[in-house]
Amino acid sequence: MKFQFQSLADLVAMSGHGPYVWACYGIGLLVVAYLLITPVRQKSKFIRQLRRQYAHQAAANGRVDSAP
Amino acid sequence: MNWQWFHRLGSPRWFYQKTSVLLPWLTFFTLAILLVGSVWGLAFAPADFKQGNSYRIIFLHVPAAFLSLAGYYVMAIAGAVGLIWRMKLAFVVMRSAAVIGAALTFLALISGAIWGKPTWGSWWVWDARITSMLVLFFLYLGVIALQEAYQSETTANNTSAILTLVGTVNIPIIYKSVDWWFTLHQPATLKLTQASTIHPSMLYPLLTMVVGFYLFYALALILYTRAEILKRECRTKWVAELCGVDVNNKISRA
Repeated sequence: MKFQFQSLADLVAMSGHGPYVWACYGIGLLVVAYLLITPVRQKSKFIRQLRRQYAHQAAANGRVDSAP
Repeated sequence: MNWQWFHRLGSPRWFYQKTSVLLPWLTFFTLAILLVGSVWGLAFAPADFKQGNSYRIIFLHVPAAFLSLAGYYVMAIAGAVGLIWRMKLAFVVMRSAAVIGAALTFLALISGAIWGKPTWGSWWVWDARITSMLVLFFLYLGVIALQEAYQSETTANNTSAILTLVGTVNIPIIYKSVDWWFTLHQPATLKLTQASTIHPSMLYPLLTMVVGFYLFYALALILYTRAEILKRECRTKWVAELCGVDVNNKISRA
């Protein structure tokens, strides 16, 4: 197994096919990143939301407790 | 036979807790294998004698296409399990599989189009394989859209599960399309029952990418399912504890 290109510039150019190949891998990277980041962000956003909600509830309960 | 494991599998809480342990490992191996496979395919596999370097798209295109089909089975089986056993978790998995499947089918179609330009001289042809893949893409989108179309969650789940099952008919058509019709698309490169029509120096990076994509699919499915589980179980004690809320304390104060 050996490196198939003369130089890095040669790897980028891929004897004229560079734009096609790199465009595919670029889109592939975007799709993979999107599918991993979206659910993680959804989850952390939801946990933040839920925490706020609980804090709000606790505060409301606290007011009831301190009322005469 | 002991069916306890099957019922436990249907428990969202059990699923969430088990996958928490698995996730760091799965993430590490998935990304490592995808990186190794991409570098191998892009820089170290020899160029194709007919297509030159453009063929390197195969290392992305074929695994994406594989998983868009395998993912349809996952979605269809999850839908069937949900319909038959009324399992909570199954519909969640079905919905997650629809989003991931749509994204991977999109990737297979677009990488195929970009590959087609230097190889066939055209971005798009209405060829049997490509058209049936486009139908697959619309089926995935249909399942996502149906989920949003109903107010009642039960109706939404049932309807999209039925659409999923009916759409299964498309899968063998996609597989066989390159044999049944005269087509521009090349026949299958990897075969289970016969020797593959590809040299080992290209086969190994391709298999690496296929394994990487299977792991990636599992990872994405688990992540989406976990996010969805939290939303559905937001009123339960274990989710509250997960958010760092001391439920007992809250109850005693209230």
